[in-house]
Amino acid sequence: MPVWSEQGRRYWKRLSGRDSLLRWFGWLLLVLLLVWSWHLISERTIWVFVLDAPAQGADLIERMFPPRWDYMPQLWRPLWDTLNIATLGTMIAVLLGTPLAFLAARNTTPSVTLVRPVALLIIVGSRSINSLIWALLLVLIFGPGVLAGVIAIALRSIGFIGKLVYEAIEESDRRPVEAITATGASAAQLRLYAIVPQVLPAWVGTSVYRWDINIREATVLGLVGAGGIGVELMASVNTLAWGQVSLIFGLILLTVLFSEWVSARVRAATI
Amino acid sequence: MLRIEALCKRYGRDALALDDVRLNLAAGEVIALIGPSGAGKSTLIRCINRLVEPTSGKIWLGDTELTSLNSRALRKARRRIGMIFQEFALVERLSVMENLLSGRLGYVGFWRAALRKFPQSDIDRAFDLLDRVGLPDYADRRADALSGGQRQRVGIARALMQTPDMLLVDEPTASLDPRTSRQIMRLISEICAEQGLPAIINIHDVPLAQRYCRRIVGLRQGRIVYDGPAEGLSAEVLTDIYGAEDWEASSRADEGAEA
Amino acid sequence: MNTGAVPGRARRQWRRPPLIADRRLRWALYLSLVLYLVVGIGSLEVNWQRVVDGLDRGAAFAGALLRPDFSSRGPEILEGLLESLSMTLTATVIGLLLAVPVAIGAARNLAPLPVYVLCRGIIAVSRSFQEIIIAILFVAMLGFGPLAGVATLAFASIGFIAKLLAEDIEAMDPKPIDAIRASGAPPGLLLNWAVQPQVLPRLAGITLYRLDINFREAAIIGIVGAGGIGATLNTAFDRYEYGTAAAILLLIIILVMSAEYASGILRERLR
Repeated sequence: MPVWSEQGRRYWKRLSGRDSLLRWFGWLLLVLLLVWSWHLISERTIWVFVLDAPAQGADLIERMFPPRWDYMPQLWRPLWDTLNIATLGTMIAVLLGTPLAFLAARNTTPSVTLVRPVALLIIVGSRSINSLIWALLLVLIFGPGVLAGVIAIALRSIGFIGKLVYEAIEESDRRPVEAITATGASAAQLRLYAIVPQVLPAWVGTSVYRWDINIREATVLGLVGAGGIGVELMASVNTLAWGQVSLIFGLILLTVLFSEWVSARVRAATI
Repeated sequence: MLRIEALCKRYGRDALALDDVRLNLAAGEVIALIGPSGAGKSTLIRCINRLVEPTSGKIWLGDTELTSLNSRALRKARRRIGMIFQEFALVERLSVMENLLSGRLGYVGFWRAALRKFPQSDIDRAFDLLDRVGLPDYADRRADALSGGQRQRVGIARALMQTPDMLLVDEPTASLDPRTSRQIMRLISEICAEQGLPAIINIHDVPLAQRYCRRIVGLRQGRIVYDGPAEGLSAEVLTDIYGAEDWEASSRADEGAEA
Repeated sequence: MNTGAVPGRARRQWRRPPLIADRRLRWALYLSLVLYLVVGIGSLEVNWQRVVDGLDRGAAFAGALLRPDFSSRGPEILEGLLESLSMTLTATVIGLLLAVPVAIGAARNLAPLPVYVLCRGIIAVSRSFQEIIIAILFVAMLGFGPLAGVATLAFASIGFIAKLLAEDIEAMDPKPIDAIRASGAPPGLLLNWAVQPQVLPRLAGITLYRLDINFREAAIIGIVGAGGIGATLNTAFDRYEYGTAAAILLLIIILVMSAEYASGILRERLR
């Protein structure tokens, strides 16, 4: 905040000349980027359709209501599949992600130079690919169906669980670890008695939280053929059966609210 | 019982934390290790059970030379050395009983420990020790539900669960109020006397050390500067250990800082 | 050192207290878990022949990951990436501009009750649905192309940014607000002088975080026709062009990782 005086009066400005120039330059750059982006997007947009959008939207809503209630019986099985994809996928991810976390945490890894980087690489790779992309790939390999969905969810979640759990392990209190070492415990017993009790709440919380996220993700995996209610959604969208689409939306909303409620309850119970 | 010969420890390239420490501990002998913070008290007792690896020197526990043991033999040797910690170092989310049983980990296999299926003799021992330290009905309480004094009693019982040949005690009263501190020190010295256990007790509180231990070892900058009876701690000796400043004032300031 | 059992007293048994005290409830839970696993895995309906056949394709794709083909579809990949990036930027800015008023309305310490309820409603709707489901609707309304993607991501960003920002505003120190109010400032200046200085760093952090998420999402909503690299990836999989698909996947991983890294550093500096 520069202050200067001229002819006996003191002046004040928020930023110095150089700072304000830099700021303006930053904003200018952002605006230019935005203009360029917008130009690119607008070039690829058929504006006639867009002008029509309000009418299209109104038409869509009109066709969505009333929902086609008699379509409901066909949805129970896909809904069950969706829950299965999320639950089994999360279970696999917990089974594989937990040991991975112990290999990745600096204080429990067998080797900081050899094992830890590999474990971290697996975690990063798993995390940076969306489960829908995993599903795209797995449908190609295993064919369409629930199996591809389960594995897609598992592959995406391993990194998530591995990361949060290994951070919890690294943050665990060192003093009990020292005390249990002093009793002559083996390395495995040490992890079991000094580290596991400390990270247990974080482990449960992370798993249930990921299950909650996975329920949401499992509802859309069917769009690429990986089973669950998304398959019905895609089919209904493709046949423009908007009455069915609205029913599916409602069902998804209820499922998501349910899983959120369960996850909040479980996490509150394990502190 | 315990013989330390020419023990040195250097952390990285710093000055020596322990410099040519020599110490003999007879069976049943309890010594207090005093000295300013940073003198190397904590490093010294951690070198004995090798929570800290000594740089050079030899340590004999009975007929076993500790510094040359491989990891398997070291674990066996650690079972014989019970340790009591400054801030209790309990596993807070485990019950009192599980914390006690963790003292038996060196004796049981992985699966027994994992499933908490300890031999009945261990369970008997645990209940007896809980009675002895004055926590008879606390077996299934969680450790984090106890007060500081109660936690330290659990810490003492855990060390005794190992059926140790000696005790290492690291600032047992540092996070306790004065009255509880005296109770804990009395408990430790009584148990040592009952069971004929030798012990090294790190303690910054000189009056407590004088009250409960007959032999005192003073450590300053990694070197032993006093080794003798508690009555021999004259003002000059204390100045030698704690430096020129008034030792009483500094010991009180320490207490305040660590409480 | 022996503390053998005192004679005449019964030997005391100890068992670890079970996690769930009620015995019947505990066994019911175990049983239902086993039952679920049996039924859930049983209902997977896996075509094992198809899976075995697919392993070759899996191997082919794994091979392609080692030799990604950036060149044969080079122009399409570049176009898709640029489209994804410009969608991300535009949508984040639009989302931010719309989210700020919603966030102010959703902060109980600033907004009157009716406005609060309305804004919380907007946040709930925006957060309940997966981006990909919103994208389906916007594609139906606006036609195929990046504009639908921008609308989707902007819509999803509103709920995300507004929720976090509103929480932050509510957690603000109330004293400066009172002080500025006491100076007689009108509501606009109140926001500028009392609220903005307190929440601006957090808002910048939230926005960067959302920018990161938006890029990940922009990479997949192309699957339902909402523009970006996802469409290119989907096409590559459809045509079994493993080399191209592998190249796109690697690019996404690299971009996602560097975006996460950069936004992490920026957020650290803003704190």
